[in-house]
Amino acid sequence: MRKACLDMVYQLARKDPRVVFIGSDLSPGLLQEMKDEMPERWYMEGVTEANVIGMSAGMAMDGYMPFVNTIATFITRRCYEQVALDLCLHHLPVRLIANGGGLVYAPLGPTHLAVEDIAIMRALPNMTVTAAVDAEEMKRLMEATLSWPHPIYIRLAKGGDPIVSRPENGFELGKAIVMKRATAREPVLLIGCGVMTNRALLAADLLESKGVATEVIHVHTIKPLDDALILERAERAAGVFTLEEHTVIGGLGSAVVDLLVDELGQRMPPIKKMGLADQFQTHYGSQDSLLELGGLQPPQIAARVEETLRRPYVASGSAAFSLQASRSA
Amino acid sequence: MQPTGLTPVLDDRSRFLRSLVVRGLAGGNRGHVGSSLSPIEILRVLYDDVLRHDPENPDWRERDRCILSKGHGCLALYAILVDKGYFGAEELDSFCKTDGILGGHPERGKVPGVEASTGALGHGLSIGLGMALAARMQKRPSRVFVVMGDGEINEGSVWEAALCAGKHRLSNLCALVDYNKIQSAGPTAEIQDLEPLADKWKAFGFATAEVDGHDVAALRALLTRLPLDARKPTAVICHTVKGKGFPFAENNAKWHHHTNFDRQVIADMESAVGGPS
Repeated sequence: MRKACLDMVYQLARKDPRVVFIGSDLSPGLLQEMKDEMPERWYMEGVTEANVIGMSAGMAMDGYMPFVNTIATFITRRCYEQVALDLCLHHLPVRLIANGGGLVYAPLGPTHLAVEDIAIMRALPNMTVTAAVDAEEMKRLMEATLSWPHPIYIRLAKGGDPIVSRPENGFELGKAIVMKRATAREPVLLIGCGVMTNRALLAADLLESKGVATEVIHVHTIKPLDDALILERAERAAGVFTLEEHTVIGGLGSAVVDLLVDELGQRMPPIKKMGLADQFQTHYGSQDSLLELGGLQPPQIAARVEETLRRPYVASGSAAFSLQASRSA
Repeated sequence: MQPTGLTPVLDDRSRFLRSLVVRGLAGGNRGHVGSSLSPIEILRVLYDDVLRHDPENPDWRERDRCILSKGHGCLALYAILVDKGYFGAEELDSFCKTDGILGGHPERGKVPGVEASTGALGHGLSIGLGMALAARMQKRPSRVFVVMGDGEINEGSVWEAALCAGKHRLSNLCALVDYNKIQSAGPTAEIQDLEPLADKWKAFGFATAEVDGHDVAALRALLTRLPLDARKPTAVICHTVKGKGFPFAENNAKWHHHTNFDRQVIADMESAVGGPS
């Protein structure tokens, strides 16, 4: 996915003179063809995240569309004020390409894991937040950036992820994609972003093999959220489950819950956010092994869905109130 | 150059610009007093004698850009922008008010002539170098001037930007430090000593100069012969006096920011600059 994304920077730069690449101390030889062909629009700067964000803002104020690239945790946390003020307050078309979103850098430990990136980027006005599912979708996403006037956060996955996106589904920033439809009246609804959509599809197969009708929506754009599609599908669902390689605080799950609380009120379906616990990772290993520890691999997802559906669901405010009253007693 | 304290007596134009600052302070009943008085001659000379700009067409592509990175000194910028006709002096009466366009820090897109929204410190030089690179890529003659505070350059991001500007040999970029020697908490020598300041900029790849930041003739002579080196960005250390022009506020950290002025204080300020604007 990373290669597809960066190759696209070069392809976009060839057809659009606004496109500039700015890296912060990345691999030697990165985008060498672009550097050779258009050296004036290829920048490799030092380990200076705050500076490269401000620099990209200055370029964007004068007509450019910079694609800034470095490791996800550094392009978000390290220079958050620059992203907030230089990019979002000025509302500039700068693109942040974030290597290794989520647990990709598992062997390197918690300093290199970006598991709250979606939450903090989503909190910024004017920011668009994306997490593609695979390299093919990343190409479509990158193509779409040229006509999108807002700052964009582009979360990259590990690379080599299975291709599950389909060109016939099209791609539009801010529009979610139904990856798997269910014809049953009240299917389970799995909502994923990034590579968790792939795991959602596998979990859906497991659930369906047990007779649980399941639908899967892929939210490649977490902000702006596709309110209409999510509401339409959630209203008819037996349960809504959000899946993200991200803390359960402030990410896709929170965005979906906020929407459903605002719009559905008493008609809320059972909802469960599946993501990473609110703690720093204490293990190394691999992205897959940490997802497993977090209960986010397909068999675990399927089991948690079934377990949630078995629980009695307390929907009314009065029932919740009496539960609290009994505890006080 | 060491500050001598013997900066020139302010002329009528400098006093007039300060009277516009007083109008803003009175309008908002608040403001960064000392911080808005030290950079006035720097901005005056830039807008009078150095910048290519057009108040009738603030977005003129070929213009030079001037960023007040120490955004809290915005009343100085508002004063010169009023004087140049970017907007009317009556806007100063709504300084910091709900429906005013002039906030306690300047905002691009809201205030004609403001190039970047600043206020959080340490952002302007990076934005400015991005603009300077854009001008280079577009083969525009535009130059970029970034006015920073001495407290502001405590920020690490300033030195990231300095490294980068030096690397790119941005001769169309000029960093100006309003070196009034007093930051919010007290003297820079005590809070965060910056010396040897010019040597620092030189070490980061800048051609450097020092000047009395209230000496209009000296500023003009220096800033009209930029770049100092055709292969380097320029850093100008402007030795200034915090609160310059208001005897009761000069070199007094307590006048960094002030609210709820009583009538006598406003009268004293007006008196110091030769009457209300």
